[in-house]
Amino acid sequence: MQNTTLVLRLGLMAIAAFYFGRERSLSLVGGHGHGMALHSLPGYYGYFVAIWVVLPALGLLLLWVLVEPRVIVALVVSGLPESYQALPAGELNLLVNNIRNLAAGDVVSVDVDAVLRDAAAQFDNYAAKSRQLLAVLALGIAGLGGTIAWRRIHPDLRARNRVEHVVRWFLIAASSIAILTTVGIVLSVLFEALRFFQKVPVMEFLFGLNWSPQTAIRADQVGSSGSFGAVPLFAGTMLITAIAMVVAVPVGLMTAIYLAEYSSARVRGIAKPLLEILAGIPTVVYGFFAALTVAPWVRRAGEAAGFEVASESALAAGLVMGIMIIPLVSSLSDDAINAVPRAMRDGALGLGSTRSETMTKVILPAALPGIVGGILLAVSRAIGETMIVVMAAGLAANLTANPFEAVTTVTVQIVTLLVGDQEFDSAKTLAAFALGLMLFVVTLFLNVIGLGVVRKYREQYD
Amino acid sequence: MPRRRRREFTFRLLGMIATGIGIVFLGVFFSSLVAQGASAFKQTYLQLDIELNEDVLAPGGQLDLAYADFDSLVRTALRKELPEVSSRQDRRALYRIVSVGAAYQVRDLLEENPGLLGTTQTLWVPASSTIDMLIKGNIDANLEEALRPVSDRQIAWVESLRAAGRLETRFNKALFTNGDSREPELAGIKGAVMGSLYMLMVTLVLSFPIGVAAAIYLEEFAPRNRWSDLIEVNINNLAAVPSIVFGLLGLAVFINWAALPRSAPLVGGLVLTLLTLPVIIIASRASIKAVPPSIREAALGLGASQTQVVFHHVLPLAMPGMLTGAIIGMSRALGESAPLLMIGMIAFIVDVPGSLTDPATALPVQIFLWADSPERAFAERTSAAIIVLLGFLLVMNLAAVILRKRMERKW
Repeated sequence: MQNTTLVLRLGLMAIAAFYFGRERSLSLVGGHGHGMALHSLPGYYGYFVAIWVVLPALGLLLLWVLVEPRVIVALVVSGLPESYQALPAGELNLLVNNIRNLAAGDVVSVDVDAVLRDAAAQFDNYAAKSRQLLAVLALGIAGLGGTIAWRRIHPDLRARNRVEHVVRWFLIAASSIAILTTVGIVLSVLFEALRFFQKVPVMEFLFGLNWSPQTAIRADQVGSSGSFGAVPLFAGTMLITAIAMVVAVPVGLMTAIYLAEYSSARVRGIAKPLLEILAGIPTVVYGFFAALTVAPWVRRAGEAAGFEVASESALAAGLVMGIMIIPLVSSLSDDAINAVPRAMRDGALGLGSTRSETMTKVILPAALPGIVGGILLAVSRAIGETMIVVMAAGLAANLTANPFEAVTTVTVQIVTLLVGDQEFDSAKTLAAFALGLMLFVVTLFLNVIGLGVVRKYREQYD
Repeated sequence: MPRRRRREFTFRLLGMIATGIGIVFLGVFFSSLVAQGASAFKQTYLQLDIELNEDVLAPGGQLDLAYADFDSLVRTALRKELPEVSSRQDRRALYRIVSVGAAYQVRDLLEENPGLLGTTQTLWVPASSTIDMLIKGNIDANLEEALRPVSDRQIAWVESLRAAGRLETRFNKALFTNGDSREPELAGIKGAVMGSLYMLMVTLVLSFPIGVAAAIYLEEFAPRNRWSDLIEVNINNLAAVPSIVFGLLGLAVFINWAALPRSAPLVGGLVLTLLTLPVIIIASRASIKAVPPSIREAALGLGASQTQVVFHHVLPLAMPGMLTGAIIGMSRALGESAPLLMIGMIAFIVDVPGSLTDPATALPVQIFLWADSPERAFAERTSAAIIVLLGFLLVMNLAAVILRKRMERKW
């Protein structure tokens, strides 16, 4: 039986269980109208039985899904001839994969011999048996749980409390997923990064000036030394981020000021949603625009002005990224400006200062912490931005501050290192996780400070 | 005083320019997108009289669809159309004006209706992408012959076909009914759209209930202690973690550790779930907060338990806001591509995925893949795919706005 049909059957059983539980609770006290003799509303007895039907069976199903593949592989391997079992782990893995593919009717990478065919048949056999066993066990446990719960129904049973208890645990579990995600990110990135640092010293990674992650597959290969000095990547990321900020901060800030202070309500009503559209455009679309429209334009403009411009210049990627971040800066600045009490603005205006003087001398200084917090969030966003730089920035790790040259960034390297076929123990693949760790740590740092400043500041004037 | 006035004026002007920059960019962006992409919704077709010759297709009297030589039928038809083409070299150039998809079209026709064997059928078959580009004016025919991908002779043939009424541009159905292909004229977005759809299904089914449950717990039940503070800070931070880091998590946990299949919409959906959860939780919490406490107090006063208060009263009132948050989260998930690159959804996949574990790609990733292709014809298709993607996002956001307007309640 397929897992989906199993789940469907469990669902049907739960509905039936609800009905029977409810009926039993009612019949115990002599039908409708005598409900007051029950501790809880009749429906709760129904839920009570249904929970006992579903939860244990689902638990079993989950366990099965996690354990089953490993057990089957172990069984199949133990059924192989001795000579096969003695193979090194890598080759054995390949063999198991072939057996699995053969069993599924897919393409197999080696000639199919009798041993392989037998093993595949065994695999099929075990898989079928496992499915049958699971179906019997799961439905059995569901039935058993339901029966026990059904028999325990009694007018004094505190069914509501029990059901609510289960609901409460579900809610707690759901809210812990956020924590689990963070833990998962930290652990997964950290472990692989630590494996990387066993191969490449931390100092070399952090301060090395040479990045060329091609490692030699064979010992006699030419030109693939594999050096992992990440400084050019950090510099490239910083360069593009700086260009983006040069665009986004003044434009975003002035936009916020204009919309908050000068524009009529009608202009504001049109301009704000338009700018929000800018925030909703997927980054891959920005990347396409940067690579195919802005980059050639930057190149032509630069060459007309007498500069030598790479076709994947940092400038093009930075400019488009800046445009992308404008809405973020302007909405956070808008919040900060609006949080400044009216009295301060009115006071300055009343003393005879012009609106621009009020803005630059009174409101902006008062709103500065909030604006800085917003800029920090924008920087974190720019550092972590991937698609624009993957499509519009280069791959060559140049250590340069010239915006017309091609640079590469941390995110570009993560993508290029991990896209395509990969073995999981080469320094090349693991390097991506080390870069991911750096990225996570830096953006986390910026986010914590940025969010903290923004929130603290907002409360200050409330 | 005049100096102060002038300064005031400049400041105001700067503000206007800044606001203008964003809006001008938006205008340039959309107009260039439409200018580039609109032509991709059309495709050039050639009309050929194809003789389904029994001797060619079924030499042994037996028709085997997998091995029959449909190409030669198309070639014969082309030669009949332009009989003056005689030299070997010319013929080869002639065959290149029609897409390789023509042969598949003939095969599909016979598969559907085997009785047609031996008859002559008049079919509209797609022209090759270079001819398509020529007809659409994307290849300049006035350029020197060596500098363009079509030769003078090919242009002459195309012109004579056009004069005979055997060449037409029509709506490009293949763009919406085909999966990916190396041939631009056959490439479509159906596979990518289905992949995105499957992923969004997984994401919605998981992230909406979990997100709402988490929001309920944090707003209504959680004691104010360190643990709930930690969860709160955590969620806010997760919302700002770069999406590519979620891709690393997916690669390490779902693919390496849990051994789920690569390139599968299931894994993509799981990663996007983690990505959209913070968005949904934050929106749901805001909408629960907006339900006035008097409702809770009234229900509690009438003897409802806390759980009953939440599920019978607060939740239905907060639902519109939560749904709006979910739609916005989904639209963010739909546009996301960086984490999907990490979990292998970048593979070249021709088949339209039929289940959650089939290899698939997503619409934004398809855009990324096409944007990388050198053919001129893929550039216009990339723009077309972007228009489709933006169309989906527009519909979703409009739905969110309408939902908010309709259901919004002022207390």
